[in-house]
Amino acid sequence: MATVHNPDKTMDYRKPHRLQSGKTLALLSLLLVVVALGSSAIGSYPISPHDWWSVLSAHSTGGTAEIVLLQIRLPRLFACILVGSGLALAGASYQGLFNNPMVSPDILGASAGAGLGAALGILMGLDFVAIQALSFTGGLVAVLLAWALASGLCRRGDPVLMLVLVGILIGSMFTALISLTKYIADPLNKLPAITFWLLGSFASITPKDIWFAGIPIAAGCIPLLLLRWRLNVLCMGEQEARTLGMNTRAMRFTVIVCATLITAASVSICGMVGWIGLVVPHLARMVVGPNHKYLLPAAAIMGGCFLLLVDDVARTAGALEIPVGILTALIGAPFFLFLLMRERRHKS
Amino acid sequence: MNLTLEHVTGGYGSRTVVDDVSFTLHPGEVVCLLGANGCGKTTLFKMILCLLRPRLGCVSLGDEKIADWSRSRLARSFGYVPQMHIPPFAFEVREIVLMARAAHLAPFASPGKEDRRIADEALDYLGILHLASARYTEISGGERQLVLIARALAQQAQWLILDEPAANLDLGNQIKVFRAIGELAKTGLGVLMTTHVPDHAFMYASRVVLMSEGRVLALDTPAKALTEAMLLKAYGVPFSVVEIGAQQGIKSGIRIVVPNQL
Repeated sequence: MATVHNPDKTMDYRKPHRLQSGKTLALLSLLLVVVALGSSAIGSYPISPHDWWSVLSAHSTGGTAEIVLLQIRLPRLFACILVGSGLALAGASYQGLFNNPMVSPDILGASAGAGLGAALGILMGLDFVAIQALSFTGGLVAVLLAWALASGLCRRGDPVLMLVLVGILIGSMFTALISLTKYIADPLNKLPAITFWLLGSFASITPKDIWFAGIPIAAGCIPLLLLRWRLNVLCMGEQEARTLGMNTRAMRFTVIVCATLITAASVSICGMVGWIGLVVPHLARMVVGPNHKYLLPAAAIMGGCFLLLVDDVARTAGALEIPVGILTALIGAPFFLFLLMRERRHKS
Repeated sequence: MNLTLEHVTGGYGSRTVVDDVSFTLHPGEVVCLLGANGCGKTTLFKMILCLLRPRLGCVSLGDEKIADWSRSRLARSFGYVPQMHIPPFAFEVREIVLMARAAHLAPFASPGKEDRRIADEALDYLGILHLASARYTEISGGERQLVLIARALAQQAQWLILDEPAANLDLGNQIKVFRAIGELAKTGLGVLMTTHVPDHAFMYASRVVLMSEGRVLALDTPAKALTEAMLLKAYGVPFSVVEIGAQQGIKSGIRIVVPNQL
């Protein structure tokens, strides 16, 4: 019985090995460092290597270059990496959890909830920190509502399908409430503020925002990274995963809480930046394959790179800064189409 | 440890699909579960695997009721081979088999060298080690079925529960799989599998559970359980059970089932 027929076939099927996946991750990390350094140099106030050196060598001169670099440029780069990595990681986790490559981190209404929170905050004329806090809370509330409703409705049948359906409902309801908020907002100052905020931008990032969003994003990313191999098992579907020894309900809850922390925190500091959580996981899957052990780190690194590059365009392409949310959609949608076409060609 | 079902009754909503089923299976046995479509085979499996809670009755392993066992303990006791399906992501075959190790690993751990050795051994046992690095979505249906059986082996459970393991296999692979299952039973594993082909039961089962409309119609050796009268009762179509005489290359006394009218 224990015979291996066609031993020469072994070579045909060799795909990137474990070590190679590790090397790919190292290369991607290097790419992220290069992109980050490059992004730090360009902008309306260019930073030369010499400026970098004078900042690093701790001869505090208090010059413009130092202020631009430390107070404006670096916080913005960090925010891009945090949000880009976080959203890509959350997206990759959701695609595994829901067993569906078309899912993005806002599927359960996290973005819409956070958007509504921010819109309400602006409408009530709260200060900036309160708006962020309200936005973060809004994201959590939307997803909790989806979870509670789905758990209540789904006594039997497919819990994942029910969750997605309820999530889409909650999302569209919150989007309608955002529209309502805009409708009753003062059209001279508050309406533009809400609209601009919803478009998504890193223009007003401060060092404080890094802490505000960094802690929940890290709190969401770390458990996802620790549990990442188990996401593979969930891809076999609810029942099969259970027969393989997974407590699927606990796993689902953990992944949803983590992804929601990430998404809500991201939206709360930079508005709605779409497409990253959908497109970047696909890109990462092309590079390292579908095994979540490598997919999640790769998606995180590539998400950081992607958003840094898009934000570079946002900062430098026009005389006026373009909201980054518009750019991710403009770049993301055709790019996704390209990926799908490539995948199809690869299959045939 | 014996697998015991006592008055197991259950279904979906108010509909009862499995009605008062009781039997005891022993390790080392190969038991075939037969019955018409919709007679409750899959539902019974779901209750044995604790995917569906019985409305009445209980399932026990040894002296312990399994209803409140953790998922990982259940997975270390029952290796389940589902009917094959294609996941949306193109995992490698080895990655699919390694998923069996989830029940043996700590929550934050991922498979190590020893787990990979166990997975490769299972693939080798079924003669498909050469597929280890192939994409699961790109191999044939029969190969996928073999991979799922390898995964159940890598689970290192005491019981193998198989849902129509031969459904997608060609004749040669059917025999290979049944032989492998027979060998595994000899090492002390308990095997419970569904099949739609009574011939398979005659050839490889030590006992047969014949179900009809949610109830056990017969529980006996294949020769005693699968009589013409019982088959008519279970499937509603008259069959003849034919015993093949000793010919060259065929073990004497093999029975096959043929329909009375074509």
